[in-house]
Amino acid sequence: MPSFSLKINGKNMTVNTDADTPLLWVLRDELNMVGTKYGCGIGQCGACTVHVDGSATRSCLVQVSAADGMEITTIEGLSEDGSHPLQEAWKEVDVPQCGYCQSGQIMTAASFLKENPNPSQSEIRQAMNGNICRCASYNRIEKAVAIAAQKSN
Amino acid sequence: METQNTTFTFSRRNFLRTTALASGGMLIGFNLFTACKSEVEMPIDIANLNFNDFNAFIKIADNGMVTIFSPNPEIGQGVKTSMPMIIAEELDVPWKHVHVAQGILDNKNYQRQVAGGSQSIRFGWDALRQTGATARQMLVNAAAARWGVDASTCNASEGVITNANGETLGYGDVVKEAAVLEVPENVALKDPKDYKIIGTDAVNVDIDQIVTGKPLFGLDYKAEGMKYAVVMRPPAFGKKLVSYDDSAAKAVNGVEEVVRFGDKVAVLASNTWAAIKGKNALTAEWEDDSEMESTEDHDRILVDILDGNKFDERRNDGNVDVAFANADKVIERTYDSPFLPHNCMEPMNFYADVKPDKIHLVGPIQTPSGTARRVAEMLERDEEEVYLEMTRMGGGFGRRLYGDFVMEAAEISKLAKKPVKVVYTREDDMAAGIYRPAIKYRIAASIKDGKITGYHLKEAAINRNMYGLIPHFFPAGCIENYRVDTANYQSNITVGAWRAPYTNFLAFAEQSFFDELAAELGQDPVQLRIDLLQNVKGSTDERIEYSGERMEAVIKLAAEKSNWGNAPDGVHQGFAAYYSHNTHVAEVAEVEMDSYGSPVIKKVIVAVDCGIVVNPTGAKNQIEGGVLDGIGHAMYSDFGFANGSPTTTNFDKYRLIRMTETPQVETYFVENGLSPTGLGEPGLPPAGGAVANAIKAATGQRLTQQPFVKYLGKENKEVQG
Repeated sequence: MPSFSLKINGKNMTVNTDADTPLLWVLRDELNMVGTKYGCGIGQCGACTVHVDGSATRSCLVQVSAADGMEITTIEGLSEDGSHPLQEAWKEVDVPQCGYCQSGQIMTAASFLKENPNPSQSEIRQAMNGNICRCASYNRIEKAVAIAAQKSN
Repeated sequence: METQNTTFTFSRRNFLRTTALASGGMLIGFNLFTACKSEVEMPIDIANLNFNDFNAFIKIADNGMVTIFSPNPEIGQGVKTSMPMIIAEELDVPWKHVHVAQGILDNKNYQRQVAGGSQSIRFGWDALRQTGATARQMLVNAAAARWGVDASTCNASEGVITNANGETLGYGDVVKEAAVLEVPENVALKDPKDYKIIGTDAVNVDIDQIVTGKPLFGLDYKAEGMKYAVVMRPPAFGKKLVSYDDSAAKAVNGVEEVVRFGDKVAVLASNTWAAIKGKNALTAEWEDDSEMESTEDHDRILVDILDGNKFDERRNDGNVDVAFANADKVIERTYDSPFLPHNCMEPMNFYADVKPDKIHLVGPIQTPSGTARRVAEMLERDEEEVYLEMTRMGGGFGRRLYGDFVMEAAEISKLAKKPVKVVYTREDDMAAGIYRPAIKYRIAASIKDGKITGYHLKEAAINRNMYGLIPHFFPAGCIENYRVDTANYQSNITVGAWRAPYTNFLAFAEQSFFDELAAELGQDPVQLRIDLLQNVKGSTDERIEYSGERMEAVIKLAAEKSNWGNAPDGVHQGFAAYYSHNTHVAEVAEVEMDSYGSPVIKKVIVAVDCGIVVNPTGAKNQIEGGVLDGIGHAMYSDFGFANGSPTTTNFDKYRLIRMTETPQVETYFVENGLSPTGLGEPGLPPAGGAVANAIKAATGQRLTQQPFVKYLGKENKEVQG
């Protein structure tokens, strides 16, 4: 099987897998980083969102061969100790119900706030529209993103 | 190992047993829902906890830290946080000294557990309080004995016991002595006004793991030697497997084995992706075993049922036929809803390792006990050989009440003789069935001299009808001539419970209908409901669980908080109220028109009576989720069949509510000090009706079919009135 060099959360890693394996399954099955979730496999739900070279990306749609050499950040590497402003805001607002989609929500929000550190409520709603929360904790996600933005400024 | 003292004092009354732990500290076992066996011994080592004998445990360590092992399945409803809060309150320890653990501490000795379901708080309330209070009293008794004073002169608070001289001992200081004391009976419970933890916000106990992506869910579970199994199931309801070809599947890198079981074929691989590719590479021949059904057929059949006269009578007060015959006017409406899949964000999955001496099962399941029993029966094994571990669940919504995916994992593991994790793709999850049944309601009411004199509701459903006391919910008891009839069509499409079963759609139909009745009578919809509720007050009919007084109170609270009837220009309000799962809820939806002339739901004001609110932040989260879930499915979600197969199998076509479509939810609780009831479901049923009534106010269109988005701005399919 071919070999790929990935830089994940600042660490260089090598995986041997088929070239068409989605990054999602490489993270989960090969590298034991299960914070990135499987939800739909077709880029519709956002549960598998990671950062590839800083941009929020659906890891279910990125083949490992395409990620070779790129900088990847997952929820496990968003902060050293869970203290990213979004993680703190998620705790403050007590966002999750079942919690399954939340790492994808946080990764989408993190990339968004980097691009737009001072968003309006409507911009937050648009930016988060690609991530499904089946428990519909949307009001709290919206609030937590706003709080994280405020506290970062 | 200085102490081996195990007390055998058993109080049936409190369902408690205590022991001093070999590792230090004190262990208290108790049962939330049933009395435990009288002969059960407590383990002296925490590794030997047996969840079959007791279903919850408290450990108080030498340093005063408290660990509460909660066995109840956590599906996002928050019981893993709120149930321990109740114990901690009566035990009287600071919440920050409490660590909550799902009972996953010992894989070897993990056994069947009792699922609390949506009734966890309601049924657990007394037992949880009594357990905390009993433990507290034992600690006080131990301290009093050491001081040589009467226990009644001592006081315990925040984990510290104080005597009349002002001397203090921490819980950890006396825990060894307390563990060997007799379990006291009739301990005093706190006055709710003295609560320090109940009624304050406690953040989800798993929050740190959730926001940092730690393994918590079934799909995250791994074990040595485990293979991933993805399963090919019949492509339509009613098809059987004739033959299959796995040569291409076996050529996929990572695929190790292909196993047929019944009409299904499992591909086992070293990783999930290889298993998915292998399954997609299978080819098969299928034959029709029964009719290939379609939504078109179902629609016609259900209407035929409503038009006919073969029903089971579920409640019949007075005589609706006479009331209708003597009426000034009879109004009749028909409402219809599609099948709905549950679509938990975490697709179905389960781990099974079937060995000659033991069956190990791990994963997300709402009914661990019943599922373990069914697996044992299927494998013709002793139930005692089954060890089941529960993980946190990425949603339940009723889907995980059914252990079909656990049975699959067990069967595959048995055939392959190795540990396997069955993983459903989203397509598998949506197509493999167990849906909310498609249902049609026809409601008719008679009006005479400006009053509602008769009400007749007919239900036509796929496979199963409303159950339990639902026929006795509002407006039963409010209208003199009242009748509920049900009938069903036996389909090969599997159906089951879906968040707030039956009432998730029934409430929409009924609450929309009452809006029309109010308009017909020229009355305010809120006042009409309040007037009707006067008739049920003081009812001696024991089948009627809902309370006229409590319903009136939530209706009035919602009306007050929404400034009902006085909305600003451009804001259109719709009202609905519903009692389900022992909780009364009223909702006002506010709709505004956007610049394209489409209605937008901006806000929902909710009033809830669930008695005492244990954890306000968790309680509000449940209501917000329930309301938005109810709106999302009423507005957008559609699911049907053609030739026995679902017409939608992923989120590209199946629409779930997204952030830009969500209104803000404002929640208010009635403060009445009554015992608490559950919140996972009751917020959902009124939402569809409140929105439909607000859309009527905004646009003039009366929606009777779900999903609304399919019919908004279009003429209704059926001619009404």
